[in-house]
Amino acid sequence: MQNESRATAKATPGPVAALGEEPVFRAGDAVRILTRSPIGHYRVPTYVRGKKGRVEAVIQPAGIDNEEEAYGRNAGSKLHYYRIAIPMTEIWSDYSGSPLDALRIEVFESWLERS
Amino acid sequence: MNQGRHDPHDHPHDDRHSEISQSAHPGYFDVMETAVRELLVEKRLIGPGEIRRQIEVLDSRTPALGSKVVARAWVDPGFRARLLANGRSACEELGISFYDDTQLIVLENTDKVHNLIVCTLCSCYPRPVLGLPPDWYKLKPYRARAVSEPRAVLAEFGTVIPADVEILVSDSTAMVRYLVLPKRPEGTREYTEEQLAGLVTRDAMIGVAVIDVETSGVPQ
Repeated sequence: MQNESRATAKATPGPVAALGEEPVFRAGDAVRILTRSPIGHYRVPTYVRGKKGRVEAVIQPAGIDNEEEAYGRNAGSKLHYYRIAIPMTEIWSDYSGSPLDALRIEVFESWLERS
Repeated sequence: MNQGRHDPHDHPHDDRHSEISQSAHPGYFDVMETAVRELLVEKRLIGPGEIRRQIEVLDSRTPALGSKVVARAWVDPGFRARLLANGRSACEELGISFYDDTQLIVLENTDKVHNLIVCTLCSCYPRPVLGLPPDWYKLKPYRARAVSEPRAVLAEFGTVIPADVEILVSDSTAMVRYLVLPKRPEGTREYTEEQLAGLVTRDAMIGVAVIDVETSGVPQ
């Protein structure tokens, strides 16, 4: 009897997550910050655009797109921010501190691609 | 600092002080702020009472709250673990509310890692736990240099970090704020939680300074 109900439970699909509900990237993923030049309000500083890094953590909870929200527009479905780790030497070719030094920055999912 | 120019004991006490008044014209942003505020009030979107209340909220937030959080983390390993897992909910345990819908990541300094916080785009700062940021935190030289030459910036604050210690600069850009959990200084084993809190400075919680019992005003 017990075995039977277990089998049934396995066959029943779980709740389906909405688009954007589950983070696309995981801790440890190699990513690149996109090179885009939006006019007006943006949350990705120019000095990290195009730089390669690694996802250190998914930031919870998911949030709306601050760049859209700034114009009072419906910012749409929520996506995640990620805490991205980037070595200073990747950002500044002439970085003079220790090669261990690094940056951490939160980047919205729409600004990231796999690298 | 105007102290050099106007030390209160540098002049005879029967000197007439000039009246305190606004002599310069308000700047562009002062005028804009006044205009927007008056419009919002006129259109009944907010009232003067709400503006005053929010100023009271901000005025009630000072680095003393952050010091309390740090001292508790130093004496209570369970709290420390909760603080590092979720900064916001751990602060809320101590009655520190987050009125601005931000999350808080607490960054622990260790023998191998030294953390520094900055907001290169503007002036994001953990206001619920530290209050208003210092002026230098909002100015472009700090914002630009903290991410490009953090060791030089730290040295100007008198903070020299050994080369084998990793410097992690966290740039706040959106919904997360950061607070540095400084290293508990040597020689404080006998300190009470309150005495420990007295050692913790704002600059140490931003990461531009470390805490040193020798140079701190040691609470007795």
